Amino acid sequence: MVTVNEIKILGKSEKELLKISRDYLLALNLEEMKKIQGYFAKKGRNPTDVELETIAQTWSEHCVHKTFKGIINTPDGEINGLLKTFIMKATEELNMPWCKVVFKDNAGIVEFDDNFDIAMKVETHNHPTALDPYGGAGTGSGGVFRDVMGVGAKPILSTDVLFFGPLDYPFEKLPRGAMHPKRLMKGSVAGIRDYGNKMGIPTANGGIGFDEGYVGNPLVYAGCVGIIPKNKYIKNPRPGDAILLVGGRTGRDGIHGVTFASLELTAESEKTSSGAVQIGNPIVEKKVLDGLLRARDAHEKPLYSAVTDCGGGGLSSAAGEMGKDIGIEVNLEKVPLKYAGLEPWEIWISEAQERMLLAVPQKNVEEILKIFENENCEATVIGRFTGDKKLVLRYKGRVVADLDMDFVHEGIPRVVRKAKWRRPKYPEPDFPDKDDLTEDLKAILKSPNVASKEWVIRQYDHEVQAKTVIKPLQGIKCDGPGDACVLKPVADSWKGIVVSNGINPKYSIDPYNMVLSAIDEAIRNNVCCGGRRIAILDNFSWGNPEREDNLGQLVEACKACYDGAIAFKTPFISGKDSLYNEYDTGKGEKVSIPPTLLISAIGIIPDVRKAVTMDVKEVGNPIYIIGETKDELGGSHYYFIHGFKGNRVPTVDLKKAKKSFDALIKAMDKDLVRACHDCSEGGIGVAATEMAFAGELGMRIYLEKVPTSGLERNDKILFSESNSRFLVEIKRGKEKEFEKIMKGNVFAKIGEVTGDKKLVVVGLNGKIVEENVLELKKVWKSTFDW
Amino acid sequence: MEVRTIVLRVDGTNCDEETVISFKKAGSTVDLAHVNELIRKEKSLEDYQVLCIPGGFTYGDDIAAGKIFAILLKYKLSKDIKKFVEEGKLVIGICNGFQVLVKTGLLPALEGIMKKQEATLAFNDCGYFQDRWIYLKHENKGKCVFTKGIKDIIHIPVNHAEGKFVADRDVIRRLEKNDQVVFKYVDPDGNYAGFPWTPNGSMDNIAGICNPEGNVFGLMPHPEKFIHKWTHPYWTRLPGSSDVGDGFAIFKNAVEFAKKKL
Repeated sequence: MVTVNEIKILGKSEKELLKISRDYLLALNLEEMKKIQGYFAKKGRNPTDVELETIAQTWSEHCVHKTFKGIINTPDGEINGLLKTFIMKATEELNMPWCKVVFKDNAGIVEFDDNFDIAMKVETHNHPTALDPYGGAGTGSGGVFRDVMGVGAKPILSTDVLFFGPLDYPFEKLPRGAMHPKRLMKGSVAGIRDYGNKMGIPTANGGIGFDEGYVGNPLVYAGCVGIIPKNKYIKNPRPGDAILLVGGRTGRDGIHGVTFASLELTAESEKTSSGAVQIGNPIVEKKVLDGLLRARDAHEKPLYSAVTDCGGGGLSSAAGEMGKDIGIEVNLEKVPLKYAGLEPWEIWISEAQERMLLAVPQKNVEEILKIFENENCEATVIGRFTGDKKLVLRYKGRVVADLDMDFVHEGIPRVVRKAKWRRPKYPEPDFPDKDDLTEDLKAILKSPNVASKEWVIRQYDHEVQAKTVIKPLQGIKCDGPGDACVLKPVADSWKGIVVSNGINPKYSIDPYNMVLSAIDEAIRNNVCCGGRRIAILDNFSWGNPEREDNLGQLVEACKACYDGAIAFKTPFISGKDSLYNEYDTGKGEKVSIPPTLLISAIGIIPDVRKAVTMDVKEVGNPIYIIGETKDELGGSHYYFIHGFKGNRVPTVDLKKAKKSFDALIKAMDKDLVRACHDCSEGGIGVAATEMAFAGELGMRIYLEKVPTSGLERNDKILFSESNSRFLVEIKRGKEKEFEKIMKGNVFAKIGEVTGDKKLVVVGLNGKIVEENVLELKKVWKSTFDW
Repeated sequence: MEVRTIVLRVDGTNCDEETVISFKKAGSTVDLAHVNELIRKEKSLEDYQVLCIPGGFTYGDDIAAGKIFAILLKYKLSKDIKKFVEEGKLVIGICNGFQVLVKTGLLPALEGIMKKQEATLAFNDCGYFQDRWIYLKHENKGKCVFTKGIKDIIHIPVNHAEGKFVADRDVIRRLEKNDQVVFKYVDPDGNYAGFPWTPNGSMDNIAGICNPEGNVFGLMPHPEKFIHKWTHPYWTRLPGSSDVGDGFAIFKNAVEFAKKKL
């Protein structure tokens, strides 16, 4: 028996309103509840459950980014919206002509060439993964693919960055209700593998990290790149157009996903919110994609006037978003269901997967239905766009919701929050330098954050579509860790897309410099393979922003986003925030994850035949370093293996960095560079080792030749994680040409490729590392030799 | 003469784009068609000389890889397909397509076309999907139309979870006797070897087979992933190597044969 309930909010006290918000899992605060109460008081009636749920979805942190759009009071003054003040501001000021669609659709769009544009989006799927790693991570991929499809693009790359607690974390210490990190990792990898592989979207880029801060709350970032012919992007629904729902059926899975995402995880989450996790089916989504591309390309103009993804908030968000300027009416009984018995409000907000909404001019409806029928893909007209700026929902003729679009989309009160953060002080390590650092190097190589992820990478199909020209595993044995992947998306063009990431939560002791480091890392990884004209995407995973210190860190991070984007001339084109990443230990203690920001970078390379990989190629070639090595080991892996955090995290010289990156690209274009690898976790030591064992050749480097800020300890020079640094192998005989191009930047020749398969590091007073590269590779591979 | 190839797709096919590109590059006209178009008779197999079933996860590989698509072909199109094969026209199944051909009984077809399933492709011994580049030794003595004159050892990738070739010993003996074994997995030196060189645990290292007449061919690895140098996993180490990838010869052979004889 289907029912629509009236929810009595008129005349209720503040306490009662908050209870209603809690009882219905609405995640609305008091001010928002009061605003809704006022709206309905004017209407002279109580809301239906459908109406209240609609507003809760639309106003959720997940959907409207309250914190990023809100007013923040800091000790240094008021910030009128983080997004507007920092992130979007950088994009506006840079005003790059190649940025086509930024911050307003499902994905950001930049120009590729005269015929195509590229779209990119990165999402988080942290909370669902905590409850169900396979389903949560898999539908994270499915969701971000639909975001790219939601601008009409064909997905051509999947990227995933994951963070878990330590793999050897003792079971008895796990917070109540949390799964073990190893189980979370294996489940997530399997979920991503099955979704991407089955849809035929190569997963050719990503990363996995471990930190105790994620024990109760893992992170799953899923990203997607797509390609779309120019002039095929359209977002213009008109009154009278049909609302066409395509793809999967609607069920009880994924109810309250977005409001769940806006609350902390607790030991009870599994009981209260398991229904918030969606159940994925990649083949259904593949059929949607096949139909969508044919509807797009059947004629010169797409058969639809708009398309969007049904993601967080389900139909409520998708239809609401698409129709907010004109109004819609939907007949909920027309929505195809997985099984009978759903209440109208459940139909409306279910986040069941693999569904997309299209706006279709009436004259095209018949043709588009035929296209989807040929794909064995269900497609149903469920309503129409009206023109009266109202949201009207019916169920078997009865009106179950009647709201003004303006109120639903503009009515939300702006949050006002306080931010205040003071830098913590950690003990500075005071252990002595050693004469032999070989064991320290091995300990870093073995550390799960640095160790080979081949076990994971090989389970992801990174070659389907045959566009992947620079793969994640590089070198003579196809096992070296690449810095970025390069795609050649168009058969008859040499132009390529370069995709990379930057992230390091160990630097979160200083959020401003952590973010600059992430930006620098993402861009230098891109540059390593030859990428340029780079756009970036931000993805915040943070603790509860209602806490002053969490928000204070967020403000620091956003300032760095602006400074970094401006300095590197890399506009933000899209972003996402997942806040409320906190875990209730069950003992009344709430633990936030470390503030974490993923920067994804998407660049282009005019000719993929000029792309560079990280494996050394030829005996006798000189090795250069670019960039200055400083006393910046705060949050470094070297300190980590010795049990310290330190304080001085790597900074970025915003004036020098871009200049040296540009020079390096110039050298690549002149075919001078045979290999290039960035120095990140483990510094020069790890970068040199990886380059050598990927090429299965030896390397000899001299630390006295490394340009430093006056460093006098071998360990610091070898393992400092200073930003903006690369190791490059230059063609023998081309040194002069290379040095001429690099003039005016900090760089030096520090060694050469040798034929003895030995890594030799000569310190300030003699050899400090000497080991066979195959032995080092074995150590590096041993951690995930599953 | 114009060669016409039909690349047949269904729910979950996902290597269609690169397969179409490969056949076009080899000089064929290519139609990418959904199997529904054949079932509704909007398109007819009679109009083509080459039929290709590309890679993917048809119907999610539910039940077993390629099984549902195989059943669909058997019950909806077996007459047309049988005629196609009997006329000596060419059929190639790659990865999921190979799984489909084996499960319809189009390969190895020792007892006749689509008579019964005589072999299978089981789950990889390692337990996981594997994406890696492997070496294939060409073992065919001349029966398989698709591999005539191909290099002794080719380097192309596998991307599959269910690629372990399994059959009765007697079936394998007959395959060898009939010259139906086309490719076997080997190490870089050309020796038969276990994991990872044989990525799935296939019996006798078998990677690809043809029918007794040599006009139907299936293989687990992906020749369409290596038709030009720049998808090789370490082309940056190989300046001056050929621009043409090892997989291209298979498409070229098919189109050349069709041009001359069909």
